[in-house]
Amino acid sequence: MRDVAVVAFAQTAHSGHDTGLTEAETLHPVIEEVRRATGLSRFGFTCSGSCDYLAGAPFSFVSALDALGAWPPISESHVEMDAAFALYEAWVRLQHGDIDSALVYGFGKSSTGDLREVMTLQLDPYYLAPLGLDQVSYAALQAAALGGDRAELDEIVRRSRADGRANPHALDLPDPSGTEYEVEPLRPYDIAPITDGAAAVVLAAGDLARELAETPAYIGGIAHRIEPHYLGMRDLSRSPSAADAARAAGVGKGPVDVAELHVQFSHEEPMLRAALDLPEDTVINPSGGPLAANPVMAAGLIRLGEAARRILDGRARRAVAHATSGPCLQQNLVAVLESAPPSEEGARRG
Amino acid sequence: MGERCAVIGVGQTRYTTKRTDVSMAGLVREAALRALDDAGLTFADIDAVVVGKAPDMFEGVMMPEAYLADALGAAGKPMTRVHTAGSVGGSTALVGASLIQGGVHDRVLVVAFEKQSESNATWALSTHLPFGASLVVGAGGYFAPHIREYMRRSGAPDHIGALVAVKDRRNALKNPYAHLRIPGIDRAMVESTPMLWEPIRYLETCPSSDGACAIVLASEKAVTGTPAWIHGAAMRSEPLTRAGRETVSPQAGKDCAADVYRQAGVTDPRRDIDVAEVYVPFSWYEPMWLENLGFAPENEGWKLTEAGCTALDGDIPWNPSGGVLSSNPIGASGLIRFAEAALQVRGMAGEHQVEGAATALGHAYGGGAQFFAMWIVSNRKP
Repeated sequence: MRDVAVVAFAQTAHSGHDTGLTEAETLHPVIEEVRRATGLSRFGFTCSGSCDYLAGAPFSFVSALDALGAWPPISESHVEMDAAFALYEAWVRLQHGDIDSALVYGFGKSSTGDLREVMTLQLDPYYLAPLGLDQVSYAALQAAALGGDRAELDEIVRRSRADGRANPHALDLPDPSGTEYEVEPLRPYDIAPITDGAAAVVLAAGDLARELAETPAYIGGIAHRIEPHYLGMRDLSRSPSAADAARAAGVGKGPVDVAELHVQFSHEEPMLRAALDLPEDTVINPSGGPLAANPVMAAGLIRLGEAARRILDGRARRAVAHATSGPCLQQNLVAVLESAPPSEEGARRG
Repeated sequence: MGERCAVIGVGQTRYTTKRTDVSMAGLVREAALRALDDAGLTFADIDAVVVGKAPDMFEGVMMPEAYLADALGAAGKPMTRVHTAGSVGGSTALVGASLIQGGVHDRVLVVAFEKQSESNATWALSTHLPFGASLVVGAGGYFAPHIREYMRRSGAPDHIGALVAVKDRRNALKNPYAHLRIPGIDRAMVESTPMLWEPIRYLETCPSSDGACAIVLASEKAVTGTPAWIHGAAMRSEPLTRAGRETVSPQAGKDCAADVYRQAGVTDPRRDIDVAEVYVPFSWYEPMWLENLGFAPENEGWKLTEAGCTALDGDIPWNPSGGVLSSNPIGASGLIRFAEAALQVRGMAGEHQVEGAATALGHAYGGGAQFFAMWIVSNRKP
């Protein structure tokens, strides 16, 4: 496989409430930031992730093109998924060998709707959605199946929020407190906060990666896998798709300094930690993770960006990023980011 | 373009107004199983699944690929959901092909669908964000002014649209999967139908269909059966609201065609391409795209239509399947164009086969005529 690296990453100062900006207005500054950082105004390929249901109108990605100023016309595609999956599509496109750069972005404003109910609409419309099982309720089913230790989960939230307070892009959330349940066994603070925001990443291949960054964050391996949709067909206490993706991406082939995991409910952290078989000394979500800022449709891409940023600035040599899609971690994407180009052994294939 | 890639299987459902006998999952599975059967494969032979469809509000299911994973045998594999407006069916094929061209997979299942009877497309297209422009007109109301501008510029006579409507529906009578089947259709019948959006009459617009289309793509070493080789693949997008944007013959369409022709070595599309399946949801888009795609000089596309050049027995048949005018499960309509192009060069198009077709163009567009996806397939290995 061709050496492809993250060479730039930008994200908004995420907001816990509607600031009056449209999705396109939220996105525009981060696009400008990665353009400035790389000096590139055009990219060989552009791919984005967003969701119409957050805005409640079709074609959220159309207005994003206006923010981009896609002129002259660009080679571009869009996934109705978290933008981490758009990054995967761009990585694949760079493997063709005819282009050297790609722009990836994602954005979402979950403040304008009721995310918990909106997410119900991704369930099987005939047999599951009519049950009214909302996002927090199905996450609670998974938390109950896992039966996590309460003190451990509280500590995950405390650590994530503290790290988030130190991260200028994340929300300022207090230490967790209170004993009431949102949906048992989930307490309100176990749930990622409603967040608006956007993020952008630039990928570069070959010589261009070295030209654009002193220490490019090379994608050593990247893969994603999905599981059955029906919750009754899955062992909800495990994430075999995350484990499969981690094996395909080669997570276990070296030390992991940092892991940025797409943890939208506190119990998902121990589940993912086990599935990815992360070493004891790996630092998890130093950015605060989605429990400190969760701009839906960008949050997975931000995991890749945060992991890459630690390679780019020399704080880590090998990092793991994870993104998820669908109810109860149905689909999982795992990437390994490294300071050394993987070309000698070849990036592990998806 | 990377590694060689071929279409080795095509599956379609019979397009119709309402498929009340199947769920969305049943619909996509029907197309997928037919495509696998055509390739002589099963779900176990597939490495990755790519799903495409137009806005989720068309059915009221958000990101339905999560729910469709089970029906498409995707568990344990990577699954991707593409959405690029009306061009999405074409883009989905290109995203699937990219996985093979990038050397990541050997066999990819691509499925696109729409079950329009679950909701109302014109409503879903007409909602808008606060403080955003609302057209409240659906697709026909949006495109009619562009057609009127084309007629003004080109001086095309008023009856050209009706000719396309008749030609495509006559072709549909030869396609067992086509939705609209109107025996005896002629110009007088089209011209007798109500005016919906001047100059688009009822029979000059596409239907709302339920349906799914699937293709199986393979790397060179994984080819089974009869391959249609991809010789060129390209996407282009431009902003909706750019001042001065040429909306009648968009630059993104011209650039996309130029890219795909360059890859495939096409220098004169009318001569080098044997058959084209082009996204024509409103009759007048045939002459407009004839020009945008370089089959005719500017303002002269309508002359090819009028002379019968695009008919099944013309020198450059367009939409022998009956096209979008005859079957329109929106999210699948682009993939149907790409799949029909493959069927033609595989010699498997049945009654609507263009004899000796060796090179075919598949085309899709979407949004405000701003998203384009195209491929060129051939029975020759590139």
